[in-house]
Amino acid sequence: MSELIIKKVEELVNADAKQHPDFKSGDTVNVHVRISEGGKERIQQFQGTVIQRKGKGTNGETFTVRKVSNGIGIERIFPFLSPNLDKIEVLKRGKVRRAKLYYLRGRQGKSARIKEKI
Amino acid sequence: MSGIIGRKIGMTSVYGADGRNVACTVIEAGPCVITQVKNEETDGYNAVQLAYGERKEKRTPQALLGHFKKADTTPKSKVVEFRDFRLEFEGGIELGKEVSVQDVFEEGDFLDVKGVSKGKGFQGVVKRHGFGGVGQATHGQHNRLRAPGSIGAASYPARVFKGMKMAGQTGNKSVKVTNLKVMKILADENLILVSGSVPGAKNSYLILEK
Repeated sequence: MSELIIKKVEELVNADAKQHPDFKSGDTVNVHVRISEGGKERIQQFQGTVIQRKGKGTNGETFTVRKVSNGIGIERIFPFLSPNLDKIEVLKRGKVRRAKLYYLRGRQGKSARIKEKI
Repeated sequence: MSGIIGRKIGMTSVYGADGRNVACTVIEAGPCVITQVKNEETDGYNAVQLAYGERKEKRTPQALLGHFKKADTTPKSKVVEFRDFRLEFEGGIELGKEVSVQDVFEEGDFLDVKGVSKGKGFQGVVKRHGFGGVGQATHGQHNRLRAPGSIGAASYPARVFKGMKMAGQTGNKSVKVTNLKVMKILADENLILVSGSVPGAKNSYLILEK
């Protein structure tokens, strides 16, 4: 009973949340994040490969985007339903065989590529 | 102090205006019925008695049945008195009037929640008071891992001080958590979302005070 009420509450609370396109791990995305600094607001972009999506179906769903910048791997975790996410662009659909692409962390260069889904 | 009676539903999380994900508790609050209005002249103090939750008529004592009948309402399971109840109602505070959650609270308000914490039974000092236990597990230590250690000195004072932290009943007592923020009010469902956790198990009664 109480689980049903909580489900309903989550639906109501997220009713006005932003709709984002569906993407999976392996896809290349460009995330537009709203950042407010000193009363001013600007939009920062973060482009990379999605290496995981966690907590699907809950309020706290997150996804991790990985990119390699100047030879240093950078991973950023975004809350999927966050009001600070302005836009998510899906640039490429990747063909991968697992949901969590942690193996990318140990690789660089040619072996770190992901085949594109056609 | 105004307030309302409610029931704990469970926990979820909500994104605040600043984009932070805040853990919060879902409480079904009200609708309550005013079953008694006390005032300075007759009772010596001002208070409002609220009743919440349905109850079978045949399981209600005759005395209580009469009390609810006076307010022209069905028998209720939980009755709580709020002293100096302040509420700007249309028509003021009246016997038999229904109080909903949006009458008392607004989004962004801070409130206190009182409830009965989950009972843990008779527990030792490690769980009850966070003691570290005594000494090591090896080097010949035996039987002392979760023991309280010394509880006082010897011939002076020759007694154990009152209030010494010892083993005993843990939980199942009235606990009040203060300064919780109202994150959201869903008036149609009589639900209120407050930041953080509140005492008690699911479906247990809670008293929300402002």
